[in-house]
Amino acid sequence: MSNGKPEISEWEAATVKNTVRLGIWTGAWLLTLAIATFGPLLLWESRPLSIVAIAINLGFGVGMIVANKHHLQGLDELHRKVQLEAMALALGVALIVGLSYSTLDVTNVIAFDAEISHLVFLIGITYTVALALGLRKYR
Amino acid sequence: MKNCLKVLRAQRDWTQAQLAKELDVSRQTVNALEKGKFDPSLPLAFKAARLFGMSIEEIFDDGE
Repeated sequence: MSNGKPEISEWEAATVKNTVRLGIWTGAWLLTLAIATFGPLLLWESRPLSIVAIAINLGFGVGMIVANKHHLQGLDELHRKVQLEAMALALGVALIVGLSYSTLDVTNVIAFDAEISHLVFLIGITYTVALALGLRKYR
Repeated sequence: MKNCLKVLRAQRDWTQAQLAKELDVSRQTVNALEKGKFDPSLPLAFKAARLFGMSIEEIFDDGE
């Protein structure tokens, strides 16, 4: 075994870098989403400004997707497998439950509107739980 | 899939973290490999074989 290697491996260094980058892009995306959402209510009344704010938010969204792709590519194969399983479960639950939820709304079975935010919340919860279970499985 | 990674690592008095660093994977991956919970990809199996100076078949046994 060589002793000339740094304290943390290349894999760890790349993962830390990619995670920080993903965190920055996610934070920026959330911030621009908040500005695009609350700007018309609190800061301006101009429609072109709202379009610009939404376009900027979309741009940061694309950056976040690219950062997430790099993050996944930088993971080792076990963690990629765990991520894949968690994302597959989150997508499946979102599709099945999301469509059922929408049908409940369309058929007036539920009194309130089926909001997209509920679906986003469900995806987040499912992904987080599946990720935690996956990591525990291989511990 | 069975393997003798734990034995090979112990013979060299390496920790899981040291082996992980050599293979450029996480310590958790080394642990999962040693316990047979996770099968490595071909590139990772080759990397382990090169590291220990052995063939893939000498390290990993698919039971066939």
